[in-house]
Amino acid sequence: MLSFLTRRLLQLVPTLFFVSLIIFSLQQLLPGDPALVMAGEERDPEVIEQIRKQYRLDQPLPVQYVYWVKGVVSGDLGESMRIKVKVLDLVTEKFPVTLQLAMMAMLIALSIGITAGVLAAVLKDSIWDYAANVFALWGRSTPTFWLGIMMIFLFSVELGWLPASGYVRAADDFWGSMASTIMPAFVLGNVGAAVLMRHTRGAMLDALNSDYVRTARAKGLFERTVVLKHAMRNALTPVITLGALELGELLSGAVLTEQIFSIPGFGKLIVDSVFNRDYAVVQGVVLVTATVYIMLNLLADVAYVLVNPRLRS
Amino acid sequence: MTDVALPALADEVAGPAISPARRALRRLVRRRGAMFGLAVILLFAALAIFAPLLAMQDPTAQSWTAVRKAPSALHLFGTDDVGRDIFARIIFGARASLLAGLISVAIALAIGVPLGLVAGYVGGFLDSVISRMTDAMLAIPFLILAVALAAFLGPSLRNAMIAIGVTTTPIFVRLTRGQVMAVKTEDYVEAARAVGNPPWRVVLVHILPNILPPLLVQASLSIAAAIIAEAALSFLGLGQQPPAPSWGSMLNAAQRFLVSAPWMAIWPGVAIFLTVLSFNLLGDGLRDAFDPRER
Repeated sequence: MLSFLTRRLLQLVPTLFFVSLIIFSLQQLLPGDPALVMAGEERDPEVIEQIRKQYRLDQPLPVQYVYWVKGVVSGDLGESMRIKVKVLDLVTEKFPVTLQLAMMAMLIALSIGITAGVLAAVLKDSIWDYAANVFALWGRSTPTFWLGIMMIFLFSVELGWLPASGYVRAADDFWGSMASTIMPAFVLGNVGAAVLMRHTRGAMLDALNSDYVRTARAKGLFERTVVLKHAMRNALTPVITLGALELGELLSGAVLTEQIFSIPGFGKLIVDSVFNRDYAVVQGVVLVTATVYIMLNLLADVAYVLVNPRLRS
Repeated sequence: MTDVALPALADEVAGPAISPARRALRRLVRRRGAMFGLAVILLFAALAIFAPLLAMQDPTAQSWTAVRKAPSALHLFGTDDVGRDIFARIIFGARASLLAGLISVAIALAIGVPLGLVAGYVGGFLDSVISRMTDAMLAIPFLILAVALAAFLGPSLRNAMIAIGVTTTPIFVRLTRGQVMAVKTEDYVEAARAVGNPPWRVVLVHILPNILPPLLVQASLSIAAAIIAEAALSFLGLGQQPPAPSWGSMLNAAQRFLVSAPWMAIWPGVAIFLTVLSFNLLGDGLRDAFDPRER
């Protein structure tokens, strides 16, 4: 286990290096003089000079990169051009909001995805299996932002049950918070549910056709025991680790969902920063999401090895 | 969706010797879902190509006397907040969506497949560098990377396509690399090498044609994802710029008029859904046709 962990951590080094290279290179894509572009409408020579100094634009690229990485490692992700707040502070402020949304979405995705997947596999070729497959196809093909708009139309405009937008912190008003996040969480979890359903169904079908399930049946166990204890336990292991990766996808999907429902999280931060030409914030958000995603990947791998004794050696 | 498995098996046994590609095509044609998808894709392609003939109205012509009019004989899908005909905008919007889907996946294939071939066949240090680079790109969630790229490149349809193309590339690198590694040790590759073919010839003539099926499946699914991504970027204002019509930006405008003009939100969404669904169905159908294990 220890050697696996060391190997896995060592693998992270080049990945993180390339991630940092990609994010650093983003600013090279800016057309024209980056200092001028980053300064935005403010053409104050002092501001431009400050940007030049902050990003060391007068230095050669590799030097700029080294300074940038040094800053990042010590937690200095730069400062927002627009509101003069440290990027790290902005990110830590917005992150819990998105995390709450992602967690709720995950819960929805797991409960729908696994239930539908298991049912579809056990009742293969029945109307339920067919319905679950249609649901998965629908989930993969519906743009989240359209689903969000349609839900606002139905539940907020027509029925008036839920607020159309805005966010209430759970600490301030728990039920208000739930009401403000249930629609976006469902929209966000919908795609994940479709993905998880397909994988659960596939894994369950494999498990149900396996020798150990045949043995369990031959022993005369109840079908329910066979399905719940023998097949499901084995089938769900890869699905759970897949769930961890889906969480990363949810962070990505939050970009659109938060925009539609005006939820002040991570996704809205990156979009707002894009339009404010607040490039340091954009880079910061990309960096933090990538880091979270890499960590989730690592956790998923570790969990996979932990529950799979065969892989441990 | 198992209606095909048995008859397909039967004619594999009884029929005369036919090529695997022919057999896959036969299986594909029998899949109703895939054929429905193909039909819808062709329909939208026709709409995109013949848009000026079919739209009946100028998609960018504003009319202050026809602001937010409900669907009627004159405006089949109604009009938007500045009185433009939504039907015409949907038809012209098909151009942006299909173009974005095809071009960004073409970019991803053009960069990803060669890199994957090199990484898989040559191996060694080159493989390590390419693979770690791929890992890094896959570590940044798709839409976040696409948004960041589109933001730094500047908002336009062209840049959105580049952003989506680049973001889709690592999937093809990884897939190609894996497939090459899998067939590299097959006898026919060994044989091709043994008779003295140069490496590029082994890769392009002997390996590439044999790994096309999974690439084709992934391409179809990636087009679906790219169309959603283009609509998403346009929805955020990072894709097609106004007044040019795009389904995504139409939805953005629609969001502000949900109470007074809900039809503005319905049609662009239906169009995106149908197109994406079709490419997904086609991709699923291709996968089952190439790999007819019972699912």
